[in-house]
Order: sequence, then C-alpha cells, then structure tokens
Amino acid sequence: MPFLTVITILLVYQLVGELIVLSLDLPIPGPVIGMLLLLLSLIIKKPFATQLEKPTELLLSHLSLLFIPAGVGIMVHLVRLQQEWLAISVALLVSTILGLLVTAWTMMAIYRLLNWKKVES
Amino acid sequence: MTNQSTIWVYLSASPLFGLALTLICYLLAVNIYNKGHGNPLLNPVALSILMIVIILSLFEISYHAYFSGAQFIHFLLGPATVALAIPLYFQLGKLKKVWIPLSIALVLGISFSGFSAYYIAQFLGASEQTMLSMIPKSVTAPVAMGISEKNGGLPALTAVFVVITGVIGAVVGGWVFKVFRIKDDSVKGVAMGVTAHGLGTARSFQISPQMGAFAGLAMALSASVSALILPLILSFIQNI
Repeated sequence: MPFLTVITILLVYQLVGELIVLSLDLPIPGPVIGMLLLLLSLIIKKPFATQLEKPTELLLSHLSLLFIPAGVGIMVHLVRLQQEWLAISVALLVSTILGLLVTAWTMMAIYRLLNWKKVES
Repeated sequence: MTNQSTIWVYLSASPLFGLALTLICYLLAVNIYNKGHGNPLLNPVALSILMIVIILSLFEISYHAYFSGAQFIHFLLGPATVALAIPLYFQLGKLKKVWIPLSIALVLGISFSGFSAYYIAQFLGASEQTMLSMIPKSVTAPVAMGISEKNGGLPALTAVFVVITGVIGAVVGGWVFKVFRIKDDSVKGVAMGVTAHGLGTARSFQISPQMGAFAGLAMALSASVSALILPLILSFIQNI
C-alpha cells in the first residue's frame, strides 16, 4: 500500500478517535480510541493488516525519535527541576524499579497459580 | 555582519531549524549508541535531548522557537499510537494465551508505578503539580499528556517525566531482571512495556524479538487501560 494512503488511514482513524472523545467527553485520549478502532477493523478485515505492516514499520521503528521534542521541554521546567530535583529523581527511579518488579512478579505469581510451567517461546 | 545575523535570526526562528536540529542530533546519537555497542547508558533519546538543550542554550533559542519546527515530529506521536494497532493485531494470538496474568499484571503495574511515584514525591516534599504530573509517567507520551491534562497536571512536565522514566527503564531494566533472576521473555517484556512504554519496548526488541513483542503488546494495552483507571484511582484517593 502506498505510504500516502497509509498515513491518510492513520490520520482518519485518529480524527475519528478525537471526534468520539470530544462528543462523548471521554477521559481517554483520541489516538487510543483510534488505535482500538483500527484494531477492530483489522480483526474484521484480515488482509488489511499485512498491507499496513510494512509501511507502518517505518513509523514504529523510529518511535523513540518522536519523544525528543517533548523531552527537550525539560528546559522550560529547569527551575522546578532544580527546586525539586531530589524528590523527582528519587520518585522516578524508585517507582520505575518498583513498577518493573510488581508487574513481573504478578505475572510470575499467576503463571504459578494457574500451574503454567512456562509460556512456550 | 548585520546581514549574517539577520540570516541567523531568520533561520533560528523558522520551523526548518528545530526540525533539522532534532533529526541531526537523533542520527548522531544513534551513531554514538551503535559505536558504544548498545550500552544502555548511551540511550539515543537522552543523548539527543542533552545535545539539543545545550545547543539551544548556547545560541539562546527559546523552546518555543525550537518547538515551532519540532512539533512536526511531535505530531507523529498521534498516528504512531494509532499504528500500534498493527503489531498488536499480529500478537493477538499470544494475547489469547496469556490474557489472565497479563490483565492482572497490567492493572497492578500501572497503578503501582504511577502512585508509588506520587507518594514518594509527596513524602520528599514535591509540589502538588509535580505529583499530579507524575501519575501517568509510565504511559506512552501522547496518552500520558492527555491523562495529565485531564487530571490537573502539566502536560509538558508529564512529557519530560515520561521520557526520563522511559530512559530509566531502558537503562536499569536488564539489570533489575538479572538481580532478581527474572528470565521468562513474556514476563520481562510485559514489565518493560507497562513501566517504560515505547522506550522500554525499543530496548526489549534489542534483547529479543519475543520480549519486544510482549513489550509492544503491554504498552499498547497499558495506554488504553491507564487512560481508564488512573483518573478513577486519583479521584478515589482525593476523596478519602
């Protein structure tokens, strides 16, 4: 599928997502609704997915690039970060490690509970 | 001389500047990262942000002027979020096998990473706005900014926390799994996707495709689940 068609499809789904969020006043961001709608369309119309796979790979393989402009916003908040640097860095570091462990341990505990030796790889 | 400086003033204010600067720094950072054999401390996103902030401060260019160009890259986060439906679709088969442990781990992991940050920040004397902006820090940026805005946080500050959290997850993830002897790829991937969103997913794909697939799945699911449960939990604890 040509790239222009693909980007149009993605934008239309995002637009529909935003419209649904605005008209129903949902607490969910528009692109997430767009993603769920696209997922639903893929399930209904299966060949759609293989056609979209290659062109969107380009966008998704550079996902981390897309975070940079927002991250540079750190310079606007330098004063706040200077004043609260200890609280912010400890909170982010500790909560990230805790988050990793809680998620992993929950998965493992339920695997054991359901008596699954291991998910086959 | 005046001619040169007018050209510079024009260029640094045009969208072209921020756009080109972001791409150049990113390509450079990816290069450094590859030269350093994928050392997680040389995370390309962290490196690029550092380079751009230094360059903007040196030339006294405001974030506002930079963002007038960089917003075109930032904008792509929306369609990229929609595009996550495609890898998610191809992993639906895996989802059928693990949906029970995955959904429970998702809810606990999301709430725990968000609210442990909230309470640790409160304990160490952070301001209310900082605490509120921290809650969605483990969710992928566009979604996190949306949640933050609706909950009384500062979306721009949340974006910064999201990126820092992603970098921390990508850097310490491998180490945490080693220390706590967590070996299963599905478990490691889900933990990375839930806690460190897109950056954790990118890192997982480098470790193994299986782990990356689970991380992507967990990140995409976490984006929708977080948008539903984080505001609910927040209004609950604010009402006690």
